[in-house]
Amino acid sequence: MLAYLRSTFNDTGSVVLFTGRFFKEAVGRPFEWNEFIKQCYATGNKSLPLVGITGFIMGLVLTIQSRPTLARFGAETMLPGMVAVSLVREVIPVVTALICAGKISSGIGAELGSMKVTEQIDAMEVSAINPYKYLVVTRIMAATLMIPLLTIFSDFVGVFGGFVGFNIHSEANLSRYFSLVLTSVDFIDMVPATIKTFFFGFAIGLIGCYKGFTAANGTASVGIAANSAVVAASFSIFIIDLLAVQLTDFLTT
Amino acid sequence: MGTTTKSNTETDTPIINIKGLYKSFGKDNAILKGVNITVNKGENLVVLGKSGSGKSVTIKCMVGLVATDNGQINIFGTEITQLDEKELNQIRLRIGFLFQNSALYDSMSVRQNLVFPLKRHSKNLTEEEVDKAIKEGLENVGLADAIDKMPSELSGGMRKRIGLARTLILKPEIVLYDEPTTGLDPITSREISELIMAIQKKNKTTSVIITHDMECARLTGDRLVILKDGVIYTEGSYEVLANSEDEWVKSFFVSSCPPANKTTQ
Ligand SMILES: Nc1ncnc2c1ncn2[C@@H]1O[C@H](COP(=O)(O)OP(=O)(O)OP(=O)(O)O)[C@@H](O)[C@H]1O
Ligand SMILES: [Mg+2]
Repeated sequence: MLAYLRSTFNDTGSVVLFTGRFFKEAVGRPFEWNEFIKQCYATGNKSLPLVGITGFIMGLVLTIQSRPTLARFGAETMLPGMVAVSLVREVIPVVTALICAGKISSGIGAELGSMKVTEQIDAMEVSAINPYKYLVVTRIMAATLMIPLLTIFSDFVGVFGGFVGFNIHSEANLSRYFSLVLTSVDFIDMVPATIKTFFFGFAIGLIGCYKGFTAANGTASVGIAANSAVVAASFSIFIIDLLAVQLTDFLTT
Repeated sequence: MGTTTKSNTETDTPIINIKGLYKSFGKDNAILKGVNITVNKGENLVVLGKSGSGKSVTIKCMVGLVATDNGQINIFGTEITQLDEKELNQIRLRIGFLFQNSALYDSMSVRQNLVFPLKRHSKNLTEEEVDKAIKEGLENVGLADAIDKMPSELSGGMRKRIGLARTLILKPEIVLYDEPTTGLDPITSREISELIMAIQKKNKTTSVIITHDMECARLTGDRLVILKDGVIYTEGSYEVLANSEDEWVKSFFVSSCPPANKTTQ
């Protein structure tokens, strides 16, 4: 386990430098708008169906599984609210981020890794185009923006999944269901949950880019870059989640 | 540098001057151990050497892709090992680099591969001018109809030629060719060699050509240098080296080429 941790994170120092370079390059002009928009579109497009389906299933499953417990106390009307709170606060952000770690982080790792190996990044550099700005900054920014949006989308689909699950045994129309949800979910619930997804997105983009950009020579390293990007990104999502829960707990009590 | 008047003596001023270049990868893997190369303006220099002798590393040092350990690299009268990113980019814009494996951008079509450097560095071109430059660049390499293909749809030789078109699109003053003809059939190889010569005539470029293809070396090279054990082992014209007494030098020339004394350049 220790060796595993070390192998995943032994390059903490260079990750820090890489992150520092991101902030330096991100503020400097020119910003690559076209590439940024293309990446946003690609990120959203690639993950939207998967994220939606997972959100729906999470809502459905949580509702079906929680019903017996609540029914025993005759508190079935609490079901929509309870499910929605756990969906919005924890389940959907983390599951969405994990899916994106698998889909986006590995995609970036493989893409930049193969560009590195086939000297496309060098080719940019010799044509006086800053590959860090063009490839890395745009991808990290796109992930940082799109993961929160995907999460919010998935929140709605998840709650709708809950509605479908609720209707298996009970009768409630959509507007009544949502009003039940809104009695439990406050705007305050949304804020920390959404803030942390920006960090998830940043980590997903950063780790994918780092692994790809620093890939060694040879085609095998493309696979390694993609694979280790998923592992490191998923792991850092849990770490961020852990920190976020401590922080919100500390701030709200 | 850019404003000097054209004179006859200009061809004798070194535009590239490398002195005592050292580079090692890791502790005991020294590749370059004091390489000295000068290239005069308008000259075609051919670099020969065994696989793994550090030819690619040498020209990568010349554009700052590989950091040098020691030594001086003077290009256009500027010491490039001391420059920051921005100053280095000014130099890089004047140098074209053809990669050994073409290094085409996979995610872009042939057109976009050429537009990408062009649009960034010549911002005041109109759409028509960009279109025209790209058509012209592709016609030069004989691949005008590949314009909307993706790199994955091209053969190795086509990729090489598109890479060449991309390298030349910014009209560089110096072109560094890393094995421009390797892996191509003799006819295409010859076409590329002739293209290199035509470009040199037309744009008055200076070139460094790495090659294993002796036909290409014979056609394009004004002067040849051979890299061995991290230093320049010997240099001279094709005829001189082909008739060298040195067995090792001779072994470069024996294989597939007609004897040098039957050819005139
Ligand atoms: N980035 C790198 N890291 C470690 N070693 C490297 C690196 N680049 C090159 N080398 C080593 O330097 C040596 C010279 O490589 P180089 O690519 O310059 O050879 P070459 O002369 O161009 O050969 P070829 O004709 O096969 O292209 C090789 O042994 C290679 O392993
Ligand atoms: Mg080489």
